[in-house]
Amino acid sequence: PRPAPRADETLAQIPPPRPPMAAAASTMLESLPAPLLRALRLKTKQQELLLRVSALALIYVLAFAVRLFSVLRYESMIHEFDPYFNYRTTLYLTEHGYSEFWNWFDHESWYPLGRVVGGTLFPGLMVTAALLHRLLRALSLAVHIREVCVLTAPFFAANTTLVAYAFGREIWDSGAGLVAAALIAVCPGYISRSVAGSYDNEGVAIFALLLTFYLFVRAVNTGSLAWSLAAAFGYFYMVSAWGGYVFIINLLPLYVLVLLVTGRYSQRLYVAYNCTYVLGMLLGMQIRFVGFQHVQSGEHMAAMGVFFLLQVFFFLDWVKYMLNDVKLFKSFLRITLTCVISVGTLALGIGTASGYISPWTGRFYSLLDPTYAKDHIPIIASVSEHQPTAWSSFMFDFHILLFLFPAGLYFCFKRLSDATIFIVMYGLTSMYFAGVMVRLILVAAPAVCLISAIAVSATIKNLTTLIRSKSKSPQTTGKTTGSKAAAKGAVDQPLPFQHNVAVALLLGAFYLLSRYAIHCTWVTSEAYSSPSIVLSARGHNGGRVIFDDYREAYYWLRQNTPTDAKIMSWWDYGYQITAMGNRTVIVDNNTWNNTHIATVGRAMSSYEDEAYEIMQSLDVNYVLVVFGGVTGYSSDDINKFLWMVRIGGGVFPVIKEPDYLVNGEYRVDKGASPKMLNCLMYKLCYYRFGELTTEYGKPPGYDRVRGVEIGNKDIKLEYLEEAFTTSNWIVRIYKVKPPKNRS
Amino acid sequence: SQAAQAAEDGIRVLSAEKRIDLTGPIVKVFLTLKVQNTATGADASHVLIAFTPAEADHLAIVKATRAEGKRKKKTYIPLPVSPADPATAAPNGARLYSISLPTPLKPTDTTTVEVFYVLTHSLEPFPAEITQSESQLVYYRDSAVLLSPYHVQEQGTYVKTPSSRVESFTRVDPTSRSGPDVKYGAYGNQLPYAYSPIILHYENNHAFAVVEELVRKVEISHWGNVQVTEHYKLKHGGAKHKGVFSRLEYQARQSISGASSFKNLLARLPPRVHSVYYRDEIGNISSSHLRSDSYKSELEIEPRYPLFGGWHCTFTIGYGMPLQDFLFESADGRRFANLTFGCPLLNTVVDNLTIKVVLPEGSKSPQAVVPFETEQHLETSYSYLDVVGRTTVVIKKKNVVGEHNVPFQVYYEFSPIFMLAEPLMLVTAVLLFFAACIVYLHTDLSIAKSQASS
Repeated sequence: PRPAPRADETLAQIPPPRPPMAAAASTMLESLPAPLLRALRLKTKQQELLLRVSALALIYVLAFAVRLFSVLRYESMIHEFDPYFNYRTTLYLTEHGYSEFWNWFDHESWYPLGRVVGGTLFPGLMVTAALLHRLLRALSLAVHIREVCVLTAPFFAANTTLVAYAFGREIWDSGAGLVAAALIAVCPGYISRSVAGSYDNEGVAIFALLLTFYLFVRAVNTGSLAWSLAAAFGYFYMVSAWGGYVFIINLLPLYVLVLLVTGRYSQRLYVAYNCTYVLGMLLGMQIRFVGFQHVQSGEHMAAMGVFFLLQVFFFLDWVKYMLNDVKLFKSFLRITLTCVISVGTLALGIGTASGYISPWTGRFYSLLDPTYAKDHIPIIASVSEHQPTAWSSFMFDFHILLFLFPAGLYFCFKRLSDATIFIVMYGLTSMYFAGVMVRLILVAAPAVCLISAIAVSATIKNLTTLIRSKSKSPQTTGKTTGSKAAAKGAVDQPLPFQHNVAVALLLGAFYLLSRYAIHCTWVTSEAYSSPSIVLSARGHNGGRVIFDDYREAYYWLRQNTPTDAKIMSWWDYGYQITAMGNRTVIVDNNTWNNTHIATVGRAMSSYEDEAYEIMQSLDVNYVLVVFGGVTGYSSDDINKFLWMVRIGGGVFPVIKEPDYLVNGEYRVDKGASPKMLNCLMYKLCYYRFGELTTEYGKPPGYDRVRGVEIGNKDIKLEYLEEAFTTSNWIVRIYKVKPPKNRS
Repeated sequence: SQAAQAAEDGIRVLSAEKRIDLTGPIVKVFLTLKVQNTATGADASHVLIAFTPAEADHLAIVKATRAEGKRKKKTYIPLPVSPADPATAAPNGARLYSISLPTPLKPTDTTTVEVFYVLTHSLEPFPAEITQSESQLVYYRDSAVLLSPYHVQEQGTYVKTPSSRVESFTRVDPTSRSGPDVKYGAYGNQLPYAYSPIILHYENNHAFAVVEELVRKVEISHWGNVQVTEHYKLKHGGAKHKGVFSRLEYQARQSISGASSFKNLLARLPPRVHSVYYRDEIGNISSSHLRSDSYKSELEIEPRYPLFGGWHCTFTIGYGMPLQDFLFESADGRRFANLTFGCPLLNTVVDNLTIKVVLPEGSKSPQAVVPFETEQHLETSYSYLDVVGRTTVVIKKKNVVGEHNVPFQVYYEFSPIFMLAEPLMLVTAVLLFFAACIVYLHTDLSIAKSQASS
């Protein structure tokens, strides 16, 4: 979840730097003296190549550089929550080697269960970073693995622009490719997940996703085994990097199905799909976390079904060719289809019934049905990035692309080919998923950029052709034709004011694109470049105030608690505590065990004595809570508390949500429910807060997030004691007292 | 041995004055000895001073001077001090240090020797664990009379504590106390190795900042920069914190809450430092201030959290310095780097100090010149674009205090041609890349000629 501290609103508005102009090379050539110019004059084709290469190089640099705001504003550090786990595992990988990493049993998380890390993660990101690190070391560049991790996402984002260029060229032309590269280089939807320090799977996965799609489309277009093989390896990399590979393994069969239905079946498609699917499946099985899911999980069955369907289709095609008799073929078709469908249904039925094929997971359901998670899996619904997307976020993340997208679709349909059908399908499906979950805007971003690039490129090309043709043959402007047939026949029959309108439209397009560039830079610098570990605000005198409480607390844990101490906190902070605090946690962001999380939720929402029993049974030594009442930091544990109640209550019915509400209202002041005022979370957050004056003119114990005076100012702790509170009270750590001696 | 003979030869301490400064976290002792050579016929070239075994273990530095000239024109000449021959038998394991006199003391002559020594870890917190609201009390153990291998005719001991809160002190009459000062003596005619134990129990809320381990890495680049990286492992060495840490108390009642804790430290760095940073394993620490003028730079650092007794904290400080301030050429053509020993943090004790001077790649025959005894060895370290590695001089010393912050030199031979090695490597790499591009564009590796390219 992305916390939005009140502090952020007051950040300074630094004018965003504009992206460098791509076409500087041509003007430079013209300014050279004439004889030299003649010697250096390139052929048109070479000029075009030079322009294209230099534009791409600039886009590459831009894509990397625009993601460095966070390093310049703050420091070279890992952001957010999950990246800390990735960083920790990468560190382990570089220090202990691959086989140790593969067999790593992490006893520092999910105490007392532990976690088989090697078998429960996608190793692509870590292996990539470790290999990059090793490469740099081999080139005798003494960089720390942290710097490699911080810059992995920008590096792969820059590589994505190259793939986008190639993809754009494949589906439309090289102009569209260049525009696509430029659009995706600064697209906020993508930047949000790939700024420096955002060391997460998505950072490399979007590159892998687009690469796989590009290679597959290329394979379909050429029918070449080599490209299909490359697509299979691209898919393998994607499987190793991110769980989003399921999108590929479902989109490809869907695409093949559409091509079949629309009568676009070809040998090229047959070769491309079969090779990619079979090899990709076999390679994907090598990833331990994925294992045999390709043949055993319901989510992967579509690909297998289409694979068999393709064989049947091919077989029928062959039989049709051999029989050369329509009647005979029709009866054969009927028999074969009946057999195939019944065998297929039977196999699927037996597989599902016997449990060999697992049913769809809740995550998959929640993608298809946006309301599913809310009713069935509170732990998914509790994450802010899993919420349905608001319109404003679409506008924020896509800006002009949002209305260039339909325009691009129009162009795609106008010039339908295998490749454009693919991009249309990719665009439409990913747009749907982006609407279901905020974080999936990321998956839609490349498609939206590509389709918009087609719109931009096609429009500008048409306009410039108009202007050029006009200037070449001005005599055609005034010509009027009498007959309608002649007007229809002449394709470039000029309209009145055609030239001026074209110029105006061109200027408008440039205006829009420059607005896009400005918007993207602004969004990147203001919204997506704060590490969320370090909060910053404007002080009274205009200076920047840094709230570094998280690291203060984690470092305190790391230095001043016993090395085997167990820390209980809400799962959001688990990865950070293990990575920065180097201590064992009960639950963390890998939410694999709902019961365990519910136990923590139950402890937090129980009375102190009941919670003490739970904590004793889990060997908890310290409890960590996040509290924003002093600074006005709104994503704190009190605001997350209802989710703890819900998740805890989902497993332990003794916890009932209505107990914590008053008339369905969640409050912490005097009117709050007695259970709320005395539960562990409330006590730990507000312990001795009643004596503190937070704002001038307000009574002591005034909570600046909720904007109320707290209801229970006289909090006594019996089984816990305050061990540490950070300087702005954001993190509070309590020590669990040992059991009393029996007297 | 000679030293033992000297003792028997009959040096006599006419008067001794011992001033013990207990105001800080370390113990500073000023000893003024007026000695006379009472032997007949033999010159005395050494004066011995004695320490108890416990003192000797915690002894950080011993300095001796001899005052010459009268009153206003008094000049102090430093005298070399070295541990005496271990064969010298001294009762109860007392350890002797010998002060060499530049001009031997003739029979019946007298001279005044002033000794200054520093003891670390000699204040024992009692109670050993305190809560946030208590102040820190410590024990100091010593002797009322001067421990000396010689007869002492007259002697007094003066103890200065930081505040007038002295819980208790041993009385060895005559003893008197006024406010923070406790006076023992004067005592007359003490036998050699006389010892009369005393214990002072008093309040000391000074920051007991102990650097358990400090590794300073000084990288010299002949391209104009000296880069220093210092890894600290800091600990509050005072009475251990017990029970609750309440931020509210700490913020609201600063004067009485956590009196013995500290939250900032001052590091004195050379002038003209640049690119100063202060971070730890998990990132940058944003609470530090740098003030610099033309004589010095002061870096005030705040650890992430205030340090209470027994709390630890590790961090790294790094800075760059202009090369011309530190690198010189000696008369014999060798280069030498003139650096400062010790720890730049003020008022701290360093238990284990390691200084690594990383010389540029290609340096030969390094030699470190340190004015006191240290453990030294060589190693090789690798950094950006290194092929053969950089020669590194490693200097180790235990128990280092502020008095050790004196210059030391590292001499080495270096040919300036090595400066160009790394740029040339880069140039070659870029050249090869372009050459490879040209070759690739001008060769046709295809087996069959493509039909379309016509």
